[in-house]
Formats: sequence, structure tokens, C-alpha cells
Amino acid sequence: MSTDYETVIGLEVHVELATKTKIFCGCSTEFGGEPNTHTCPVCTGMPGSLPVLNKKVLEYACAVGLATSCDVTRYCKFDRKNYFYPDNPQNYQISQLYLPICRNGHVDIETESGIKKAVRIHEIHMEEDAGKLIHDDWGENSLVDYNRSGVPLIEIVSEPDMRSAEEVIAYLEKLRMTISYLGASDCKLQEGSMRADVNLSVRPVGSEEFGTRTEMKNLNSFRSIARAIAGETERQIDLIESGEKVIQETRRWDDDKECSYAMRSKEDAQDYRYFPDPDLVPISVSEEMLDEIRSRQPEFRDAKIARYKGEYGIPEKDILLITENKHLADVFEETVSCGAPAKKVSNWLMVETMRLLKEKNLDPEDIRFSPAHLAALIDLAEKRTVNSTVAKEVFEDMFDTDCDPVKYVEEHGLATQNDEGALRETIAHVIDENPQSVEDYHNGKEKAIGFLVGQTMKAMQGKCDPGSVNRILKELL
Amino acid sequence: MNNVISDETIEYVGILAKLELSDEEKEAAKSDMGRMLDYIDMLGELDTDGVEPMSHAFPVQNVFREDEVTGIDMRDKMLSNAPEEQDGMFVVPKTFD
Amino acid sequence: MSDILTMTALELGRKISAGEMTSVEATTEYLQSIKDSDDKYNCYVTVDEEGAMQAAKEADDGIRAGRLKSPLAGVPVAIKDNMCTENLLTTCSSRILYNFVPTYESTAVGKLRESGAVILGKTNMDEFAMGSTTETSYFGPTRNPANPEHVPGGSSGGSAAAVAAGECGYALGSDTGGSIRQPASYCGVVGLKPTYGTVSRYGLIAYGSSLDQIGPLTRDVSDAAAVLTAIAGHDSKDSTSIDRDGQDFSACLKKDVKDIKVGIPRDYFGDGLDDEVAASVKAAADVLKDAGAQVEEFDLSLVNYAIPAYYTIAAAEASSNLERFDGIKYGYRTEEYAGLHNMYKKSRSEGFGAEVKRRIMLGSFVLSSGYYDAYYLKALKVKALIKKAFDEAFSKYDIILGPVAPTTAPRLGESLSDPIQMYLGDIYTISVNLAGLPGISVPCGSSRAGLPIGVQLLADCFCEDKLLRTAYTYEQSR
Repeated sequence: MSTDYETVIGLEVHVELATKTKIFCGCSTEFGGEPNTHTCPVCTGMPGSLPVLNKKVLEYACAVGLATSCDVTRYCKFDRKNYFYPDNPQNYQISQLYLPICRNGHVDIETESGIKKAVRIHEIHMEEDAGKLIHDDWGENSLVDYNRSGVPLIEIVSEPDMRSAEEVIAYLEKLRMTISYLGASDCKLQEGSMRADVNLSVRPVGSEEFGTRTEMKNLNSFRSIARAIAGETERQIDLIESGEKVIQETRRWDDDKECSYAMRSKEDAQDYRYFPDPDLVPISVSEEMLDEIRSRQPEFRDAKIARYKGEYGIPEKDILLITENKHLADVFEETVSCGAPAKKVSNWLMVETMRLLKEKNLDPEDIRFSPAHLAALIDLAEKRTVNSTVAKEVFEDMFDTDCDPVKYVEEHGLATQNDEGALRETIAHVIDENPQSVEDYHNGKEKAIGFLVGQTMKAMQGKCDPGSVNRILKELL
Repeated sequence: MNNVISDETIEYVGILAKLELSDEEKEAAKSDMGRMLDYIDMLGELDTDGVEPMSHAFPVQNVFREDEVTGIDMRDKMLSNAPEEQDGMFVVPKTFD
Repeated sequence: MSDILTMTALELGRKISAGEMTSVEATTEYLQSIKDSDDKYNCYVTVDEEGAMQAAKEADDGIRAGRLKSPLAGVPVAIKDNMCTENLLTTCSSRILYNFVPTYESTAVGKLRESGAVILGKTNMDEFAMGSTTETSYFGPTRNPANPEHVPGGSSGGSAAAVAAGECGYALGSDTGGSIRQPASYCGVVGLKPTYGTVSRYGLIAYGSSLDQIGPLTRDVSDAAAVLTAIAGHDSKDSTSIDRDGQDFSACLKKDVKDIKVGIPRDYFGDGLDDEVAASVKAAADVLKDAGAQVEEFDLSLVNYAIPAYYTIAAAEASSNLERFDGIKYGYRTEEYAGLHNMYKKSRSEGFGAEVKRRIMLGSFVLSSGYYDAYYLKALKVKALIKKAFDEAFSKYDIILGPVAPTTAPRLGESLSDPIQMYLGDIYTISVNLAGLPGISVPCGSSRAGLPIGVQLLADCFCEDKLLRTAYTYEQSR
């Protein structure tokens, strides 16, 4: 009889915080600088340099803790985690072991297949990121760039509460949504601003005890996480079935080869000799500080979805899409509050805005046009001052430059011609010029009128309402 | 000596501390460390139940900096101290992640 | 010796400011003195002749233009070689930093430069400040100017000897377990360790971060107060730095101890204390008594526990602080190696000396898995008890008086063989660092062999004014 196994998964999620500067020095966290140009004595481990905590890091960590129902540790400290590796310039990482900033939280998740559960958070701690190692495939050396060294991270450690890749992804999605709503990080797995290490063990269904777990690193997409979970589950079950033991170890997932391998070495004692960093002083989080952070917490997505349903009367599909991103939701709400009809606003955001963002490879955070201008454009279209083609043209410019659509239409002479006399004159001219089409129309070819409408629009440089053109054409023909 | 330090311990601490001792140094280290630990064991005579470990001699708390960029690029000067440098980066023997 | 070389820093500063002498003249004289005697004493690792002459010219210009008003403007100073000096070699007297030129200035040195100090060079020390004799230096031992057959003490031995030998007007040292006070005592100069956090540690290459403190070595107490005033102050780059801005430590220098209660720990005068040292120190207490202080003996508990607690904490912190020396970013890298870990091990093993390796090994061990609670945490608890014992003592006394070291300066080569014996020599100085207290060593006599003896005065945290006033009164009354 074969045994059924259950997969038990806990996650360690590292999130890069969206501060302007590093956690312990004033170096910029901006991406893309030349190697080692965003460095100073502190983040390159120069002798005699000392760390000073960036206050924003503490605020973000508390905000994430509050948003995930954690207890904020009122008296917390930083510890040194000692290990030698070239991406770690001091050969110790400043992190938190003994008194992390947050503990005992949870997030509620709902999977694609409708499973609802709470995933408990064991702790959240603050720490510094490592630098980057660049490997030369041919040479004997690696190169070290410390631009990322000292970028602030929070590590969110869950309890082993997940049982499938689906739950893991729902949990990560929920964390990503919550943290990006806070503006604490953009949480992009691919770009490394969110990274997940998967702790996984298997046990016979019904067993209360946990099996021996392994930790998998280097998972940079939901796809690789799902594949790594499947692969590691299988590997562990195979080991157990064949009478071998699972070894507690760190493994690295290779997404190309679709397998993991152990990262063991004699020189890796995994004995980090944590002790309180004597260069940093304890942090005492006051009630006032927490109140201030609480007062700045945004309305999170679940609350927004519920409110939108009652308030805006737009389809659920629209609500889900718009609330996917806080900035998008903010633009939506502000545009509606400028008087634009909710459904029109969601259409503009879901169709044209999304199209342009995709085309230009931008994120919703990069939206530059003001809600007032979008509302004004919707108003112009509603009043048929511009037709839909012109409206899109105006929107494209507005998307790039946040121009005032009313002025833009005026300056470019794009308003629909309401002078019916001029329109009639043009149409008469188009009829004279295109006898073949007129004949086709009279012979019952309805399509011919489309051509004549097009010619008229062209002659009018688009500044007319196609409905009116149609009406007058039929009349004159 | 109450604390007898084994070869394995010296080897292990050498891995942690990234120090490679000669045989002679190892013997000296075993004896030194054993004697120091015997000496440190004296602390066991003191009852410290309920005593809060003291990292800092007086209670300074909440020292922060504002999130403002102050760093200036001093890469070239910094790299001039490196034993080996290439393309603006520090050169290390090959690592495998 | 020329007058300039024996003048106090304040006297010299006054003459330079008054135009009776230029900084260039004084600096030239000191540089010549270094040339004449440093082959014998080896106080300096690096002498910056060019930089010093340039700084002297600028100081003279600044004084003439009225920009520089510090009483120390234009006075030549020596800096212990564990303080980073921008564009000037900083070695910690270690092979592993044999070629390190910092791109930044330590805050204390920066403050001195701002006040118009002329930096003559960098002084020899025990490697990474680990030692009490300046014999663990990669660049050879420094010799005691009182008798070159003897050590100057350590770890700030180069700084103390340079002051004593007339090779600088004053010097900066650092004190982790007595490293300013003990060499000051051995060399017959004044050495002041301020309250932890008074002088920024930014740019001080760390040994034991929770214990390290920069302070002056000078010819008299007034100089020490003036130098402290110049280098103290809050630094936003050091999280452990204390806000004592604007405090003029010279203002308290009055010959008056009538309100001062001095306690002498009986435990300090037990076995191991040299008779001549004991007699000199007791005589110093009598001087203060005659000057009107109330002096009595008391029991300061836990004295013997300070050394094991100290060596556990200091070694643990050092093992971590010295991890950054790995042959990648700066300093020594071994010639030949096979792979990363071999490079680390060889560079560090060849780059560090025996005493440094001994402490790194011990520190790594006491922090390692399974031992942290028993050793490191226990030591931090004992530290709390020691602090409490001092709190109780300072609720009764303003000043604690005792010896600095059990003996006068030992001969070269006599101390290093037995580490525990060497560590026992720190018994009177070490607990001060654990408790963060200010302490000063003031010359109080010399042995029949002609070796200097110092008396140590301690005060409660932030009470440098009482400490300096008592030290000043003693100095003026003896």
C-alpha cells in the first residue's frame, strides 16, 4: 500500500524597501549606476566606518508588520550574522535574530481554487542586502560590485502553514499587494526586489510531526517556485520511499535543469555567531510612533474591493483590475471625484492606459497624467466635442506630457465642427468627386457609404462627428 | 586544565575565523584557549540569574538618520586600496553561488 | 632638549598664537627631534613631514588671519595608527593593513585639523590595539624613553612614548582596556580615557566596539582637558556617540578638592601589586587629603571578575570586527592561493600576528553555536554587575583612586610569553571600559630604577569635570 504524502511549506521572503538611501549610510539605492559608484566607507566595510540606521527602514518595517497583524517589538536590536563571503564586505551581515522588529502576525489568503486560510507570520526582521558578484564564465575570478550592499531589506518569515504551490503563490501575491499598497517596496520577483526562500518538508498525510526540511534558494518567478516545490516534494518522497533520509540543508534551484542541488561545503560551517551589534543602539518603538504609522496606513485592497462594489457600480472585473495597483486605484478614485462617470473612467484606465503602459514598458506607478485632465477628456468625449479617434490621440499626448486636453484640442483645432453648413458643403463636394461610390450606393452596396464618410472625415481633418456625417450623406444621396 | 580543546575544535574555529594555523600554532592555540576558558569559567561563580545582559554601558536609544542621499562617488580612490581591481570592481577568486 | 620639545601643548599654543613663535618653527623642531631620536624609540610608524609642514604653514596663516582661535592651533600632534587619516597610511601596526590609505578622516582627527593641529604622523601600537606593551606591532616594538630597555606599555605605546620623548606636543590614543592610561603611567605622561561615547569612534579601527574610546596623551592635565574639548562632541556618523557639545573641559580646572570624596578600593592593593607602586599611589592619595579631599578606603566588589568578562567581550567583538580584513578590499593579500577560502585563510593567517589570532580564535569560539549563552551572554551579565558595583561606589564617592598597573614598565620581551599573566596586568584599568567610565592616569612618582609610576583616578560617567579638577589639584599640589 502506498503512502499519501503532504507537503509542508514555510517561506522566508526578502523584500527590498523603497527607501532613497541604504539602511546604514547615505548612499543611493537607485538601480543602474556604474559598479561601486553608489558606495561609501560604510557599505564597503572600510575599517573604522560605522552604521547609523535609516529611520524610514524602521517605519516601513513597522507598517508592514501592522498590515500583517504582527506585534511590533517595542524594544528591538540589531545583531551581527557572521560569515565570510565576498558580497558581504564586513563579512558579517547586520540583521536581527534575538529581538526582531515584528512577531506573531498573519495574512489571510484565498487560492485560485477557493481555499481560504490564514498563513501565520513568525517574525519580520530588518537587515542589509549584499553586494553583487559578477562571474566570468571563462576566467578564474569573480568581480564584486557593492552598489546593492546595504540596501534595506525586511525578511518576512512565515510559519510552515502552506501545503501547496498554489497556497504559496496566493501568500506571495497577498504580501506583494499589501507591501506595494504601503509603498514600502515594488515587490518584483524578477528584478529581485522580492525574493523567496522555500522551506519544505513532506510527511505522511495525517501525521502530526514535521519531516526534515530543506531550504531552497534562487527562486525568481512564480513559475520557478511552483516547479521547485513540485521537484523538491518528489525528491524528498523518493528519498523516504527508498529508505533514505532527507538531510537538513540549503539547496539551490536551477530553473534551466529543473532540479535543485545542495550548497554544501566544508568551509560553510553555518554557525553564524550572532551577537548584538555594539555599533548600533537599541530601538524603542513608542506608542506615538506606532499611532503615526497607523494613521498613514492606506485602505488595503480587500477593503477597497468591498467599497467599490457598493460605491461605484462598475463590474467586478473592472474592480479587480483597477485595485490590482494602488496608484491605479488612486487615479480612478480621483478622476471619479472630478465628476467623470465611473464606468467611463475604468474603461479609459483598463483599455488605453493599460495599452500605453504595456507599449512603453511602464508600471502603473509611472502614470503621469492628472485625474483632473482625464476627467476633462472624458467630458470632451461625452459632449461629443471630440470624437473617439481624436480623444485617443489627445490621450496619448496627455499620457506623455499631462497636457490639459481642453487646451490641447483648442490649440490643435481638433474640436468637432458644429457648423452644419460647412459640413454640407464638404459632403456635397465629396459626392461630386466620387461618382462611382455614389452609384454603388444607389445599386444597394451599403458599404460604399462608409468610404464616403471616410473621405468626408479626411476632408474635415477628423473634426466632425461621424454620426452627423452619416445623416447628412444619406439625406443628400 | 578543565577545558581540553580538541584538534577538531581548533579546526572548526579556524573555519569560522578563516585562520589556518601551523601545527605549532595549533598546539599553542589549544593550550591558550583551554587556559583562557578555565579562567573565564570563573564567571560561573557569580549568580547572574535575572540579570539583564548589558551590551551598552548606558541606555542610548533610537539613533536614526533621515532618508537623504549624502553619499558621494569615491570609487576610484576606494579601489586604489584593492589588491586587485578590474572594471571598477574588486577581483576575488571565483565564487559559485 | 629644546624648550619647545618640553613645553606643554597649551604653552606652545599660546606662544604660537601670540606670535612669539610660528607653527612652522615648532613643527620643524619636532620633525628634527623625531629624526634624532625615533631610531632609538620607534614611536612612529609613519612620519608625514610634507603634510606636517603644509599644515603648519596653514596654521600660521589661519592664526594671523584670525580664523584659528583654538588654544591648540599650530601645535604638532601624533596620532595612534588605528585612527583613519585621509590620504595618510593607517596600518593598526599590522601587516594586514601595511599599505592601507584611507579615503576618509576619522572624526576625532578631523576635529583636531579644524582646530589647526599639525599632524606629525602615526604612532606605533600593539597590533589592532591588542596588547599592553607595544611589542605585538608588525613594525617592531616601541621603547620606553625613560629606559629603552623597557616597554612603553600599550597599546598606545607609540603615542605615550612620543609625548615623553619630545617627539610631539601631545598625542591621541585609544583605550579599550587601559590602552591610554597604562602606557601614560609607564612613560610618565598624562593619559585620559573619556566616558564612552564622548569622542566619536567614526574612523577608529575597531577592536572592541563597546569598549573603545579615543582620548589624549599629554604632558599635563590642562593639556588633556584642552585636547578633550577639541575632540569631544556628538557625531551623527557614530550611533553610540553622546551629545556633549559645547562643553569646555578646561573650565573646571581649579585647585580645589574640598568637596571631593575619594574612595580607595582595598581590593586594588592586594597581591600582585608592586610595593613601590603601592607606596607612590598611597602618597598621591595623601596629597589629595592634604589638599582638603575626604579620602577613605572601601570594598569595590567583583574586581577579579572584570578580566575574564572583559576578555570574553573584547575577543568576541574583535573576532567579528576583524572579519573585514580578508584580502579583497584593502590591505594584504597572500601571494599564492587555491580558491576563495584558501585566499581568506592564507591572507589572514599571514596578515595577523600571534596575539591577534589568539583573540580572534577565542572570540570566534565564545560566540559559536552552543557556547554563546555560557560565555558571551554570561560576560554581558557580569558586565552589568560590575557597572552596578561602580554605581554603588559612585553613590558614595566622587572619585575612585588606585594604581594604573601592578608594576612599572617591564623589560622588553618579558611579558608576551604567558597571555594570562599579561592580561592580569590590566586588572585596574579594564573594569572602567566595561562600565564606560572616564579615567585618567597622572604621573605620581618613579621607582628607584627610575621608571615612572602613575596614579589612576576614576569618576562616574559624564563626570570628567570632577575627574579633571581632582587630577589638576593633585598635579598642582604634589
